[in-house]
Amino acid sequence: MTQYDADLHGWFGGAGSFGGRFMPEALIAALDELEIAWQKAMVDPAFVQEFEGMLQNYAGVPSMLYEAHRLSDHAGARILLKREDLNHTGAHKIRNVLGQALLTKRMGKTRVIAETGAGQHGVASATAAAYLGLDCTVYMGEVDTERQALNVARMQLLGAEVIPVKSGSRTLKDAINEALRDWVASVDHTAYLFGTAAGPHPFPSLVLSFVRSIGDEARRQCLDLTGRLPDAIAACVGGGSNAIGLFAGFLEDPEVAIYGFEAGGDGVETGRHAATIAAGSVGVLHGARTYVLQDEDGQTVESHSISAGLDYPGVGPQHAALAASGRASYFPVTDAEAMDAMALLARAEGIIPAIESAHAVAGALQIAPERQGQTILINLSGRGDKDMGTALDYFGLGTAGPSPVSEQGEEA
Amino acid sequence: MSTSVSVAFEKARADGRAALVGYLPAGFPTVDGGIAALTAMVEAGCDVIEIGLPYSDPVMDGPTIQAAAQQALDAGVRTTDVLRTVEAVAATGTPTLVMTYWNPIERYGVERFAQALYDAGGAGLITPDLTPDFAPEWIAAADARDLDKVFLVAPSSTDERIALTTAASRGFVYATAVMGVTGARAATSDLAGPLVARTKRAIETTAPGLPVGVGIGVSDGAQAAEVASYADGVIVGSAFVRTLLDHPGDLDAARRALVALTEDLAQGVRS
Repeated sequence: MTQYDADLHGWFGGAGSFGGRFMPEALIAALDELEIAWQKAMVDPAFVQEFEGMLQNYAGVPSMLYEAHRLSDHAGARILLKREDLNHTGAHKIRNVLGQALLTKRMGKTRVIAETGAGQHGVASATAAAYLGLDCTVYMGEVDTERQALNVARMQLLGAEVIPVKSGSRTLKDAINEALRDWVASVDHTAYLFGTAAGPHPFPSLVLSFVRSIGDEARRQCLDLTGRLPDAIAACVGGGSNAIGLFAGFLEDPEVAIYGFEAGGDGVETGRHAATIAAGSVGVLHGARTYVLQDEDGQTVESHSISAGLDYPGVGPQHAALAASGRASYFPVTDAEAMDAMALLARAEGIIPAIESAHAVAGALQIAPERQGQTILINLSGRGDKDMGTALDYFGLGTAGPSPVSEQGEEA
Repeated sequence: MSTSVSVAFEKARADGRAALVGYLPAGFPTVDGGIAALTAMVEAGCDVIEIGLPYSDPVMDGPTIQAAAQQALDAGVRTTDVLRTVEAVAATGTPTLVMTYWNPIERYGVERFAQALYDAGGAGLITPDLTPDFAPEWIAAADARDLDKVFLVAPSSTDERIALTTAASRGFVYATAVMGVTGARAATSDLAGPLVARTKRAIETTAPGLPVGVGIGVSDGAQAAEVASYADGVIVGSAFVRTLLDHPGDLDAARRALVALTEDLAQGVRS
């Protein structure tokens, strides 16, 4: 346990600071049960071995660390990409769901529920449920089911039931509310596969324990490749599971600068964004004290991002603590900057990133001028297949002929 | 001046009956309409009033209360409107609690809200997503003013947690007697009786005399009578909200329906 881990009550950065467990009493027993089962599992070599075996033989982990030469030339810094986009189901999220689903089986439960924004966590959950023979119900905001119909189809093909959530803003936060409502009524036989390193204790720490291999692998791979640690690491932050997974491997290396890039949407100054740390304030949302987009009365304000996976008005409490302590720095990246980075990476490296991950690429390019000749390691958390509809609209693609994506992307 | 709900529970106990606790969210259908509705419920026989603070992310509420709270928020209801509603209802002399998710209180400032609630004559808070182990600030602010601290117990609560919760509660302890969100239910739960029995056992040592209120989706006098046979208080929320939702735009009809429901329930807790 380090100064960066949560204490026994789930507080990061000191008692009462960030995290904790602000939850209905009806769910406390389930959270306690989960916490005990998880702690026992993590010290049980059989569980750890089975989990690692699944990651290797099923999920395609460890993902490679790729040296992006052409992007490096463009940036003037040595850019390394942690290729989580190559994992089974196309993102880092498979690590988390395989861990939680395996834990579910160990606890003797037969059904899992999950919330999803873009659909990535829903698809990953449906995949893990199919793989391990569990029933699966996914809650998804009605707006998101329309934006991400292909992912709805994928979940259904994998055998999951997708329930469109029609309350509130009909997006990710409401899907979480609805999943919690389901869980209160089904907790005796159902596990909640939480999709990010947020929510009530023990979820932030539990999710971290299943994704921290991203950072552990990247650290080792970077040492093998370059002989030293990176000067800076970067990841996109919505709830923040890919980012905390990467960051965890480097927190105790003070010489490594840590950057999280939040969704700046139309620009923080417009109010239409999801930059929770940069422009939010401390509050309690979905069971944890953290930074929240909220109005004067503490009502949650709707977030906006071109990337459904970052479109969340809260953030994992460990990120809040890392921001408050100064160990990590968080900056917003706008929709336009992220889309430019998506196009740039596609043309420079032949890699189409998820729009979420493109925020990390864009952010890394913004810090590169101050870090000429240094090594910047970026978590490429997911691939862009799911985002082709958005890209098609944004860039005006899809009609045969020369590419309408201008070279501006490379200049940006 | 704030009046603890224990006064109402003691009076009911002296009458040999359970107390009727009625809920509506503030600002529904409007702030003044809500005050009129709550006042009608008081006049027709509610012993204690709970005023909901509408919140954007009400994870413990079912569709009925969610819809009402959303309607209030869409119309622009503010935390200060909730306090105004408390002041108006408490002025009738009926003990008045606020039921609220935690973030709006934290945002307002725990000390500042406690003082404003006290000044408005409010009895205290019911906190559905705040358990005593994560409530040191609220407990301190409430204790400084003798405000009621109504925490919840559930069928899934261990005996240890029930003891912790009853020890920290003042006014009454709220037994959520179904595993699920708020909402009217046709059948009462077989989880309620055992939960109340376990809670009463804990109260004997942790908080002698603390009443137990039961929220279980009661919607008529017969159900109220059944719950009143084992609980000190019968909490009714969704049925009142449903009554108002069923009479949109017709305040007189809504008021008559609310009065009829309250009288039926008040009869139930007395039978």
